[in-house]
Amino acid sequence: MANHSAGAPVRYRTFIALVSAGFRRYSTYRQATLAGLFTNVLFGFMRTYVLLAVVGRQAAGYDARQIVTYVWVSQGLIATVGLWGELGLADRIRTGDVVADLLRPVPPVFAYLAADLGRAGFAALVRFVGPVLVGALAFDLRWPQRPATYPLFVVSAVLATVISFGCRYLTEAAAYWLLDARGPRIVWALCSNALTGLVFPLSFLPGRVAAVLWTATPFPWLLQAPADVVVERHSAGGALVLVAGQAGWAGLMLAVAGYAQRLGTRRLVVQGG
Amino acid sequence: MVETYLHLLRATVRAQSQYRLSFAVDAVGTSFGVLLDVVSVLVFFRVTRSLAGFPFREAFLMASLATFGFALADLVAGNVDLLRFNVRTGRLDALLVRPLGVLPQLLVLDFAPRRLGRVVESLVVYAVGLGYAGVGWSPARALLAVLAPLSGGVLYGALFVAFGSVAFWWIESAEFANGFTYGGRDFAAYPLTVYSGLFRRLFGYGLGFAFVSYYPALALLGRADPLHGPDWLGWCAPLVAIAAALAAGGVWRLGVRHYRSTGS
Repeated sequence: MANHSAGAPVRYRTFIALVSAGFRRYSTYRQATLAGLFTNVLFGFMRTYVLLAVVGRQAAGYDARQIVTYVWVSQGLIATVGLWGELGLADRIRTGDVVADLLRPVPPVFAYLAADLGRAGFAALVRFVGPVLVGALAFDLRWPQRPATYPLFVVSAVLATVISFGCRYLTEAAAYWLLDARGPRIVWALCSNALTGLVFPLSFLPGRVAAVLWTATPFPWLLQAPADVVVERHSAGGALVLVAGQAGWAGLMLAVAGYAQRLGTRRLVVQGG
Repeated sequence: MVETYLHLLRATVRAQSQYRLSFAVDAVGTSFGVLLDVVSVLVFFRVTRSLAGFPFREAFLMASLATFGFALADLVAGNVDLLRFNVRTGRLDALLVRPLGVLPQLLVLDFAPRRLGRVVESLVVYAVGLGYAGVGWSPARALLAVLAPLSGGVLYGALFVAFGSVAFWWIESAEFANGFTYGGRDFAAYPLTVYSGLFRRLFGYGLGFAFVSYYPALALLGRADPLHGPDWLGWCAPLVAIAAALAAGGVWRLGVRHYRSTGS
């Protein structure tokens, strides 16, 4: 702790270096990027038609243009917040490579978060812009009416990425206890599909169920919150409350991830010699 | 020959059940996943009273038909998308030198017993869907009720193999393949009338997803097609499935012939 103040600028530089390394790393996976983009667009078309058929002119707090925009923005956000991305932590715990992470002078949560933000930066350029562009060409999207929505959406998307990172870190850190994180990963895949607002906005659900999801789980804050911000489902004040809620969840998830990491390190046994 | 495969299958199942807690969570988790499409139909009908002209009981039959067909295919062929690991790591070399078929070996070696639960659940959902839809039963319709999900299973299986083999040329194509397999499941879970334009034609007729649930369900319900298709389309599902399986076999053989190992 004594060298904390002297270390701050160094930490900042380390963080930025790790972010840009994450960005560069993911910019080289061209085949996977293209395949993922294609699939996001495909599901974009499908969900647009289905949700338009459900909502009609207006239902559950969305009009037709809002729901179409909601679909394409949420398709673009899947890869940006990294809903199904792997951090590689689980495999490193299983193989013992995680020792290298523990020997580094930066805490693992800090280093993995930086790399993941870099990944998100690249994804935002391709995997977010791509589907939204296709959606705008094929359908009549609703662009934000309030100029303040644009910067607010950027903040909301960054916070969603941090929350998603925290959730995935916890999922993979389960490997400290289970050795094989497949089970927790499947639970995560399921929740990230059904409870984030990806398949249907949570306002389609009974009010009480939706209220429980919003207050007790991080899931709606990953996709539905930023998508609701951009389609301006709430007033300017309501959008601010959403983003503040995201900030709270982001802090909580990072704290829990850090705690799990410290507990897990004590459990870790690396085989071999 | 069959004994060898059974032996490999038993080995796979034993290996996967070693991490017990993870396996249990895995099995329970995947079985919920299969119901998501059916649940989403339930949720949609909270908001609307008809989905593109179909009331709940009819839309539910279509969703359950698509889900059951997909679960069958996923159990048998869902792991073909792991082909990319085999291609990238060169593990496929080991399979090629054995005196067994490559595709059956892959299916057996990556078999996921946890998917069995999905099949049972989606069968129950399908039975509920059939009962609830108020089908006027006749021997012909009973036959169709059996043939339709089997055909759907073959069609999805063919797509798993065909799009999985894209990995021979394009290793990181898993997500591309998912768009057609999982995308196809979602597509068929809703009435064809939901979609329009080129998208409907390409996916519904081009890739045959209209024959997984929409047309068989219309035939079971004795309902005329709002899109003005002839009545016998409901009976075409097996033919579409056979055509898809033949095409997938062709793509697979092309892919194996194209495979050049990773070198060392």
